This record gives sequence, structure tokens and C-alpha cells, in this order.
Amino acid sequence: MIAQLITSFLATSGFGILFNVPKNAIIKCGLVGMIGWFIYFSMVEKRIDAVPASFVSAFFISALSHVFAKKYKTPVIIFIVGGIIPLVPGGLAYDAMRNFVSNEYSIAIELAAKASLIAGAIAMGIVFSEVFNNTIKQGVSVRKSKKMNE
Amino acid sequence: MIRKKWGTRMEKNRQNFIDVSEICLLAGEIMLASGAETYRVEDTMVRIAHAYGVENAESYVTPTAIIFAVNGELYPAGTKMKRIERRTTDLNKIATVNSLSREISEGKWTMESAYERLKQIKKENISFSVPIQILAAGIASGCFVIMFLGKWIDVLPGIVAGSIGYFCFLTIHQIVKVRFFSELVSSLIIGFTANIFVYAGIGDQADKIIIGSVMPLVPGLLITNAIRDLMVGHLISGLAKGAEALLTAFAIGAGIAVAYAIF
Repeated sequence: MIAQLITSFLATSGFGILFNVPKNAIIKCGLVGMIGWFIYFSMVEKRIDAVPASFVSAFFISALSHVFAKKYKTPVIIFIVGGIIPLVPGGLAYDAMRNFVSNEYSIAIELAAKASLIAGAIAMGIVFSEVFNNTIKQGVSVRKSKKMNE
Repeated sequence: MIRKKWGTRMEKNRQNFIDVSEICLLAGEIMLASGAETYRVEDTMVRIAHAYGVENAESYVTPTAIIFAVNGELYPAGTKMKRIERRTTDLNKIATVNSLSREISEGKWTMESAYERLKQIKKENISFSVPIQILAAGIASGCFVIMFLGKWIDVLPGIVAGSIGYFCFLTIHQIVKVRFFSELVSSLIIGFTANIFVYAGIGDQADKIIIGSVMPLVPGLLITNAIRDLMVGHLISGLAKGAEALLTAFAIGAGIAVAYAIF
């Protein structure tokens, strides 16, 4: 597990460099990625399917990214991108394509369907978390304006 | 007398109108070319326009073009378009433009200085140096081997194959400028390298090495962004990004398949 944590931290930070995030955000990116991968990995180890695991993990990554984005006043995408890279079904998509080009169509379609489901779950996690975040923000501002009116 | 006054005011506003839409388009162009989300580009452009007093501004953003229209009582209606030809991922630029637009909204920048600053941002090359990028790609690849439950013996081949693959991608992309081709060739080379390592007995599972080292090329972000755009209603951007992701995945798969066919 410790190896997983360290490697996910390094991998996410590496991707941060490839995507050219601001220098002071690289460590935070790695942190977000590590936490996301920890959630995903421990769920998969408990034999939970990869799709719900991706959803939950993406939700938390996005929530954490919103917190960071607000605190450091940077666009939220900077942290989300790094965080979700380990979850993204790149390996599956690759496997599917490899089966396609070697004429194993039924396996390929199965894998591709799985990959798109996982991608959908990640996107859903991000969108849900965004909606959640916005609702909280709105609630806070409504309460503030009510107080002011009183 | 009154007419004259009105005339100069119109003149001034006309000038403003041109400047405002130019500033917004430049900001949008930089953000979109650096891989910002569709809604963020639209939002930033409209926000800058509001900050400079244009009450009706609309923007329509797709991955390949921006259309921006302003309309108001004081401004003649007008629409401009900007074509985006090269798209990369450069989060630093997105962050810079974003904080600039925040400061514009607070009224800290005049139009001229904001325009100059945006031009400067566009020209600036603030990315990490190529050796560092290649090193990062290699380390990330090696780490992915472990994350995909590979063996420790496959980490070193993963690092080497990942760095070589990314290096090839960067160099070929600079010469050819066709993404599909450079992705295909680099994944082919990754496939070769991994198989050679296994053949020489340094690595164990070629599959794990390959999956780890193609990760820097894989369009994972694009796939997720595409679905996200579709969900929030940016249908055209979503479809376009999905097509791009599919093409990249196909290029990588085809490259690896050729490598396997030869070995």
C-alpha cells in the first residue's frame, strides 16, 4: 500500500510537469492524486467494482480540488487534471484498441464499454461534486444576504 | 453643439467596442489553446466584457473556434470569430489568464495595459524544459507500472520506454505537426522497446511495461473532458473532444499492435 501511495504521488506530480501546472501547485497536485488513488485502490481491493470506485474517488478528488482552488485562487482544473489521471481508463482503452486491431472484436467491445463506463463515472463524479459545491456556496451567500437584510 | 458632443462620444465608444472584443477574444484564444474547459473560456470572456462596461456579450466556444458577439445601447452590435489551430495542455497559462481576468473584474487594469499583458502572455513560453518533461514522463511511466500491479523488475524498463516514447512524441510532433502520426510512431517505438527489454531478460511482463509507458500519451483527460462537456450541455465541444480522444486511442493501439505483429 505504501508503494502505491508513493508511486501515485510521483506519477501525478510527473503529469503535473507534463501539463505545465504552476510550479507551486505541483506538490498539491501530487497530494490530490495520491488521496484519489488511495480511495480508489482501497475500494477495488475490497472487491468493489471499478465503476463505482471511480465515481466515489472522482467525487472526492473534485471536492478537494474545489477546496484547494478556493484557497489558492487558481482554476480548479489544475488540481482535477492531476488527480483524475490515475483513475482514467487509459490502460483499458489501450487494451480495447489492441484487441480491435488484432481482430478480437467481442473482447474489444467489452473492454471499450467498460472504459467508457468508467470515463462516464469519473465525469459524473466531477459534475456531481461541482453541483454540490455550488449548492453549498449558494446556500452560504443566501444566508449572508438574509443576515444583512435583517 | 450637442450633436458634436454625441458624435465624439459615439466615436469613443466605437473605439472601446473594438478594444473590448479584441481583449476578450485574445483571452479566450489563449485559454482554449491551453486546454481550458469550454465553460471557463465562455465565462471568462463574458466577465471581461462586463468589466469594461459591455452589458450584452455572448460567446460560443468549440474546440476549434470562438465566436464572440457584443451588443448594447452604447455599442454597435458586432460579432467576431477566432480560429484555434493548435491545442496543447498548458495549465500555467490558464491560471495566469484566469487571475488576470479576476483583476480586470476588480478594475485594476486599463484596456490598453490588459491587451498588452495578454499579448505578452501569449508569446511567453513558461513551460518546463524538454529534458525535465521527458524525465517526468519516464518517472510517471515507471510509477504507473507499479500502480497497475506490475512487478518491481518492470519499473526500470517502464521508465526507459516511457522517456523514449515521450521524447519521440515531442520530436516527431515538431517535425510533422500531425498528432495522429506522431502518436502512432511513438507507441510503435514503445512497443519495440518493451519487447526488447523482455527479450533481453530485464523485464518480465511486456503488457504492463507498455501500459505504463503509453500513459503519458493516452488521452485520458480528453475522454473525461468530452463526457463532462456533453453532460453540461456543450454538445458540439463534447463530440469534437470525444472524436479527438478516439483517434488518439486508435493511434496508440495501432502502433502497439504493429509492434506485437513484428515480434
